[in-house]
Amino acid sequence: MPHARHSIRWLIAAALATAAAPALAANSDRSHDLALVNRLTWGETGSSAQDVEQMGAKRWLEAQLHPSSDSRLPSAAQAQIDALPISQTTMATLVIQMDAQQKAANQMADGEAKTEAKKAYQQGMQDLVRQAQTRSLLRDLYSPDQIKEQMTWFWLNHFNVHAQKRDVRAMIGDYEDQAIRPRALGKFRDLLEATLRHPAMQRYLDNDQNANGKINENYAREIMELHTMGVGSGYSQQDVQELARILTGVGVNVRPEPARIPPRYQGLYIRAGLFEFNPNRHDFGDKTFLSHTIRGRGYDEVREVLDILAREPATARHVSTQMATFFMGDDVPPAVVERMTRAWKDSDGDMAKVLSALFASREFDASLANGVFKDPMHYAISAVRQAYDQRVIANTQPIQNWMNRMAEGLYGHETPDGYPMTAAAWSGPGQMAVRFEIARQIASGPAGLFKGEQQAEKPAFPQLQNALWYGGLDQAVSPPTKDALGQAVSPQDWNTLFLSSPEFMRR
Amino acid sequence: MLRRDLLKAAAASAPLMVAGRVFAAPPGAPKVLVVFLRGAYDAANVVIPTGSDFYYQARPTLQIAKPNPDDPKAALPLDGDWSLHPALKDSLYPLWQKKQLVFVPFAGTDDLSRSHFETQDAIELGQPIQGTRNFSSGFMSRLSGELNGARPISFTDNVPLTFRGGAQVPNIGLNAVGKPGVDARQTKLIQDMYQGQTLAKSVSEGFQVRDQVYESISGEMQAANRGAVSTKGFELSARRIGRLMKADYGLGFVDVGGWDTHVNQGAAEGYLAGRLAELGRGLAGFAEEIGPDAWNDTVVVVVSEFGRTFSENGAKGTDHGHGSVYWVMGGGVRGGRIAGPQVKVEQATLNQDRDYPVLTDYRALLGGLFQRAYGLDRKRLEDVFPQAQPRDLQLI
Repeated sequence: MPHARHSIRWLIAAALATAAAPALAANSDRSHDLALVNRLTWGETGSSAQDVEQMGAKRWLEAQLHPSSDSRLPSAAQAQIDALPISQTTMATLVIQMDAQQKAANQMADGEAKTEAKKAYQQGMQDLVRQAQTRSLLRDLYSPDQIKEQMTWFWLNHFNVHAQKRDVRAMIGDYEDQAIRPRALGKFRDLLEATLRHPAMQRYLDNDQNANGKINENYAREIMELHTMGVGSGYSQQDVQELARILTGVGVNVRPEPARIPPRYQGLYIRAGLFEFNPNRHDFGDKTFLSHTIRGRGYDEVREVLDILAREPATARHVSTQMATFFMGDDVPPAVVERMTRAWKDSDGDMAKVLSALFASREFDASLANGVFKDPMHYAISAVRQAYDQRVIANTQPIQNWMNRMAEGLYGHETPDGYPMTAAAWSGPGQMAVRFEIARQIASGPAGLFKGEQQAEKPAFPQLQNALWYGGLDQAVSPPTKDALGQAVSPQDWNTLFLSSPEFMRR
Repeated sequence: MLRRDLLKAAAASAPLMVAGRVFAAPPGAPKVLVVFLRGAYDAANVVIPTGSDFYYQARPTLQIAKPNPDDPKAALPLDGDWSLHPALKDSLYPLWQKKQLVFVPFAGTDDLSRSHFETQDAIELGQPIQGTRNFSSGFMSRLSGELNGARPISFTDNVPLTFRGGAQVPNIGLNAVGKPGVDARQTKLIQDMYQGQTLAKSVSEGFQVRDQVYESISGEMQAANRGAVSTKGFELSARRIGRLMKADYGLGFVDVGGWDTHVNQGAAEGYLAGRLAELGRGLAGFAEEIGPDAWNDTVVVVVSEFGRTFSENGAKGTDHGHGSVYWVMGGGVRGGRIAGPQVKVEQATLNQDRDYPVLTDYRALLGGLFQRAYGLDRKRLEDVFPQAQPRDLQLI
């Protein structure tokens, strides 16, 4: 069967190679670097291409893996983020406020006023989700730290929570911004504990209901199966049950007053924000977990098992395979996972080092020539990035709608496995048809992306025949794509065909 | 519609075309819809062992009362041992009474991982549990390959594992279908760009299913404008599936989520009751839309990856278990009975002291059903479910 898996960049390399032999080395370096940028960002843009050209690929990659703490978004994007109420209020305050609002509504006498109050509560919660989505999408579109933003999404998906469960809607923004983003390129062990200590995770996987004598093993199982070792890696039902016992008492407390703890437990009680470890609810018996004896003593048991899990070779293999799939597509070569696993061991699970091993591999380099099928998130964001580059949009809602329509909405995956990363999961007939509809919407006008903006000059439709296009794409697309583009009847029509082309489906 | 005519022609001539490996489904071979309840529905509180005292001990807050015509919250009697959740009273209980609905308790897989995702994959692939998995070969895809004119479709946002491998099966999520904006000229140009590419078939199937579904649904939209009752959620999808399967498709798959009830699942009322009521309305709506004639030739199979712990947990919910209860319904189903082997429901018969055992392997169950439905011989059944012994529960 004929395969057409070449990315645009690879085709440029081929085109340039035949054009001018002496310039070959320089040009093929350039096309390689641009393919790298396209893969490691949420989609290439004119400005990201310039960045890598100025810095050189090596320095650019190094900077991406170790982003400086003071990097800023373009001011128009940063101002939008700063203006969001969730940027100005702590999660604890939001959760407690919303909790009080819900209780007040529930206590009202039945009638129209009560219905309205309940509606207002629901709208308030949905608005908190929308704010978190807006902040997240603005960062994906405009942050200079693109690997960090991609890894933030990756971890959010790996440690998936569903916003629509219980009061997670008031927590989801903080979960992404405070638990995950600061650790996206740090130690896996830290990330694992940060997600465990976040109320969004406790609520989502019901561990706040897990107590001595009232075991709920939901979270314990998913830690083993999804977050760390992976299914079939050697743990047993018994290990799951023992981990559930270890996790008893770990939970959430939204009451403002201090918890009443008997004197003998006071040294063991932990409260940090909404997170709580309550020794009253903990099973203090000894446990046997993965052949280790865990002496019953409170939250230190949790720390001990997280150390064990983060260092398990099965965890390193499982998580490395997923990261490699995210960045280089299906069927990751075992040798790549092997090298990542070694880097994991040598660095005690430092994700920047593990990723560095991936990006340095010959196999990753070779994959740049083939391209990876874009999941809906990459598709929508790369289209908007390529269409408008640094011209900051004013409204992210259309993007959110497109992703919902393509069934990959932010914070919208119900089950703890997160969205799949294989091409087959996103390239079915119905999905392709939806994608072309969305291509047409992005291509034909501002699509609502500048709604609410005060500026006089708003784009009428994107200019996809831009510097990137004339910088080589035009020479590189396949003859059938070129033919189709040649039959476009308007710039909007051209845009629709370009965003629908097989080349634009890959990164 | 050229495609539809072709399919009709293929179906009409099917009995005469025993060519190559493709098998001609016999005349009157039923339409089959597989409904997957993802998340492991709490079978013991839906098809309820009300004859078991142990049930009432194990579920102090989740239990549903024994049948009692005066109590709307009581279970509905099925036979001496089993009863149905009252949320299904107006939707599926009438089908039971018409003997069009069978329940198969203690059904499931040999997979004991108690992982949703692992076990869902196992069921969709339908390969032997032991051994290496081939993720590009689902059992519905293999079944479709064995039949001539199966006309498969998945009513899901993506092509599920069960329909992967073999010929490209169209998929479409039915809750957000609208008038296509990509026009006929663009449609042609886009298909031209994919000529010779791996995605060519997916792209052309995608445009076809888009047009077919829009045509089917625009009729409904007109009806809605005339004041018809509008539905939403699964009921909306299921009704649309009924119309599409009546006209255009013969082998369908749909999934319904939201069954992973670890916390506060409720009893006669509450969360699970609400999910069930919606599911029941959907399935009854499907039967209504496909119409009495086609319903007589339709089999709907409802499956889930595993059952839940028989005893309730500490949070008024249930954790991951093993054996489930599968449902089979249709106008030609030999229903109104509980099928397959059973054990008395008591502490001593639980699997690992925790959940239902599996006495009917789902591959054996479906193999036996397909054998009857399509007259598949052993060789062909072996291709669909390798190394499985079909079990004829005389479901149709």
